[in-house]
Amino acid sequence: MMMMMTPIPRDLPLPLPASAFYLEPLLVVAFVAHIVFVNLLVGSSLLVFGLELRGRKDRDFDRLARALATTLTVNKSLAVVLGVAPLLIISVLYTMQFYTANALTGTAWIGLIPGITVTFVLLYLHKYSWDRLQDAKGTHLGILGIAVALLLFIPLVFLTNVNLMTFPDRWTAVRGFLDALTLPNVLPRYLHFLGASLVLTSLFCVAWFGRASYPVEEVFERLTRPQLRRMFYSVAFVVSLAQFVIGPVVLLTLPSRGINAVVLAEIGAGVALAIPAVWMLWKEMVDPESGRRFFKIVGLLTVTVLMMALGRHNYRYVALREHRRAVARETAAWQLASEAARVQARTGVPAAGAAPDGAALFASSCSGCHAKDTRLVGPPLTEIAQVYQGNPAGIVAWAKAPGKKRADMPPMPAMAAVGDANLRAIAEYMLKAGAP
Amino acid sequence: MDLPIFHLDFLNNRMLIAIIAVTHVLINHAMAVGGIPLVAYLERRGMLDPDRGWDALAFRILTVFFVTTTTLGALTGVGIWFSAGLVNPIAIGSLLRVFFWTWFTEWLVFVTEVALILLYYLTWKRWRGPRKRAHVKLGFGLALASWATMALIVSILSFMMDPGSWHGDRTLFSGMFNPLYLPQLAFRTPLAMVMAGAAGLIITRASTRQDLALRHAATRAIGRWMLAWLPFTVAGGIWYAQGVPEGMRALLPVAMVTQNLTQWAGMATTAMWAAAGMIAAVALWAAVRPAGLRRWAVVLPALATIALIGTFERVREFVRKPYAIAGYLYSNGLRPDDYPLLQRDGLLATATYAQVRELTPDNQVDAGREVFMLACTRCHTVDGINGVRVALSRLYAGQRWDPAVIDRYLGVMHQARSFMPPFPGSLAERKALATYLAWLQAHPESLEGAQVSGVPTLPRPITASSARPL
Ligand code: HEC
Ligand code: HEC
Repeated sequence: MMMMMTPIPRDLPLPLPASAFYLEPLLVVAFVAHIVFVNLLVGSSLLVFGLELRGRKDRDFDRLARALATTLTVNKSLAVVLGVAPLLIISVLYTMQFYTANALTGTAWIGLIPGITVTFVLLYLHKYSWDRLQDAKGTHLGILGIAVALLLFIPLVFLTNVNLMTFPDRWTAVRGFLDALTLPNVLPRYLHFLGASLVLTSLFCVAWFGRASYPVEEVFERLTRPQLRRMFYSVAFVVSLAQFVIGPVVLLTLPSRGINAVVLAEIGAGVALAIPAVWMLWKEMVDPESGRRFFKIVGLLTVTVLMMALGRHNYRYVALREHRRAVARETAAWQLASEAARVQARTGVPAAGAAPDGAALFASSCSGCHAKDTRLVGPPLTEIAQVYQGNPAGIVAWAKAPGKKRADMPPMPAMAAVGDANLRAIAEYMLKAGAP
Repeated sequence: MDLPIFHLDFLNNRMLIAIIAVTHVLINHAMAVGGIPLVAYLERRGMLDPDRGWDALAFRILTVFFVTTTTLGALTGVGIWFSAGLVNPIAIGSLLRVFFWTWFTEWLVFVTEVALILLYYLTWKRWRGPRKRAHVKLGFGLALASWATMALIVSILSFMMDPGSWHGDRTLFSGMFNPLYLPQLAFRTPLAMVMAGAAGLIITRASTRQDLALRHAATRAIGRWMLAWLPFTVAGGIWYAQGVPEGMRALLPVAMVTQNLTQWAGMATTAMWAAAGMIAAVALWAAVRPAGLRRWAVVLPALATIALIGTFERVREFVRKPYAIAGYLYSNGLRPDDYPLLQRDGLLATATYAQVRELTPDNQVDAGREVFMLACTRCHTVDGINGVRVALSRLYAGQRWDPAVIDRYLGVMHQARSFMPPFPGSLAERKALATYLAWLQAHPESLEGAQVSGVPTLPRPITASSARPL
């Protein structure tokens, strides 16, 4: 009895506002735009904390921290507004999966709202109290420390959600957010995300402080533009190397269900492009005067990010494909049944003609492997009809949980998602069609 | 039914949405829709009359608005999505399917709005002298974007109350231009301006301790500003109240107060007029004798607008009942269309998540609890806000709660209390629910939502297709 159960909810009986063909790519683009600013928000906060800490000994670093903190105002606001679009699109495209994951992690999910609000207030407080708390650095750093701690926690909630929504077979087993957090893959993905945040922010800093129009000489006593560049390039370089270790762990801990050649190709392409980018990071690091390779690096890494986002999206698409089909079938059946019940309630007479069409269902679900009297992947209907003569229920039971009978054939996949009544109709059709 | 049920048994799920949504509306109306035009207006006075400190005051007001809207304001906006997705996912999901492109457009305007407010705020000190004129223009452009965001959202809010011809053709256009759209917009726009004035009065008071001349001039200007918008607010409010569809209007008196005390409705209406009158009085005082305006009087309009908007949103939410989307979806997340099937085959047998599938004499209480979860928790808790135990105690004061009596009540609950949808399940389930409710008299308990207990589930015995009659 205790076999894993995958819930198949029924979808809302309303059409999508546009074809999934357009909405899926729109989701990828919207998500990338959002995550870039989230990366900048998290990465900058971390760097500001580190720089300000160092600034207690070296005032130049305090100035650097302050200059970087100023950019947070814009980045954090954009991270939030740009998050709304992917939220809308995913709610429309993956309604049942997404809302299920939300509900199962509900406390943490709704906690994001006060959590992020407090974080933002602390970031403002930190930014606008820089002068006033000049002599109370501990307090000043403490304010930022709380914000950073929150910023480190918040992405975990999002990750847990998008992870959980991808695995319907886990839904009935999960008990609350902390439980969902322990699903494999959440932690590696989280580290990968933090790494990306640091790389992206470092490159942003190279551009921001390294640009010719930035008044380095006015702001800093000692730090020079090449020094700044080298510093941020080295952060980007070291963390990028770490990403080459974390990345494979992410891939390996992903349940294999959503992995196919396309997903692997997309991720592979991303990695392949990142290699020359890291090489150029190294070159820039040892020769910070140069600056020639900056746009090449950014260009390559942009494509890497896009490829990773595509791979990530495609993984979800593939992993959920069967589930979404099952949901669609269940929804269609529900609507028919609901309509029939309405008619019955109105007229007192059960609706006719609503019985499932065995032949059509057989064609769509089984005919890929079974034919009337020739062997395809599985045995022909003539053989099946002999085994199950007068026993359609036996076929249903088999199809829901097939065993292993014939040594010369591969195992048959379980077809429980087709639904009992549909399987029953199919079984009756099979027996009829296979009868001698 | 088809989603795990998030449930807060103390706070009440609707209260969660209400707190987040009202906070958002307050901030959005007072500090963006009304706030930005007010700041731009004050900035413009500063441009025409550079020596009196108008500019610094306008910037201080903007700072408060900016910090608040980009933290609490923005996050409560997102929070409405989050909370609605948890509490009534079927309703918000359905609205999203219909209004996707409205929301998407709104989002584009919203991005523009955020970009502009960042630009407006961060360039205030830099765009000086000859560039000041452009900066003021930027302010008015931003005001337009804020208003457009609200204008799009209002179409969805008013749709939920009266979908108009959408029932027939189900297109985006007919959904948007529903009968209540313009009245709501006509009411909210001037109300937002008044609210901004109320906030502006307080900030002015708090930030002009050194400069009384400026304080008086600004107080007078803001008082006039509020007086100018008040008549439109009242007119818009009357138009709106008349547009509320007939059936809903019958509920209005119930909605305005704790439902039981219908007789308070008259008082609530009076109180709303009194609030409007008080705002008018303080605004007049500020406009005519700004120097004499007392500190306690300064905060009155803000408190009054908070009360007004809170009541208004509550009424708006409540008059929709028993529907989440009038005629299409009940507040319990079930479609009237599916009722015949649900009542015939039962909620427990058809739900995606349930631990009890078949009713037996031994599992009545457990089954009843699950039915309660499925049918009642979108509005009720067991013992918290709008708790069913309190409701039952009131109904059967001093008596033993009798399952048979409760069962009969459940059969007519939608007639007894027209804001409740009819009982959605089978007769056997109704009996189990009645047994559970009666059991509660001696066994107070608190229900855990799926966010805590997960969704331990037995396989669905009847798939939709086999539920079909043969
Ligand atoms: C991916 C290929 C594939 C699909 C699709 C498929 N089957 Fe099969 N089926 C097989 C294979 C292979 C076997 C033989 C398995 C064995 O005997 O070990 C088999 C065997 C069977 C048998 C014989 C069992 C027995 O006891 O000998 C039945 C009945 C059957 N399938 C029913 C179905 C039905 C009904 C469907 C559609 C809902 C279906 N199959 C879809 C591959 C498939
Ligand atoms: C659309 C929201 C909604 C739903 C769904 C709902 N109720 Fe209510 N119910 C209310 C409100 C609002 C009240 C009034 C509370 C008050 O007067 O304070 C109420 C009152 C009651 C009362 C007291 C009635 C009276 O006359 O005083 C009972 C009993 C009750 N509900 C039971 C239920 C049960 C059982 C269910 C589930 C089958 C249910 N309700 C579903 C909103 C709802």
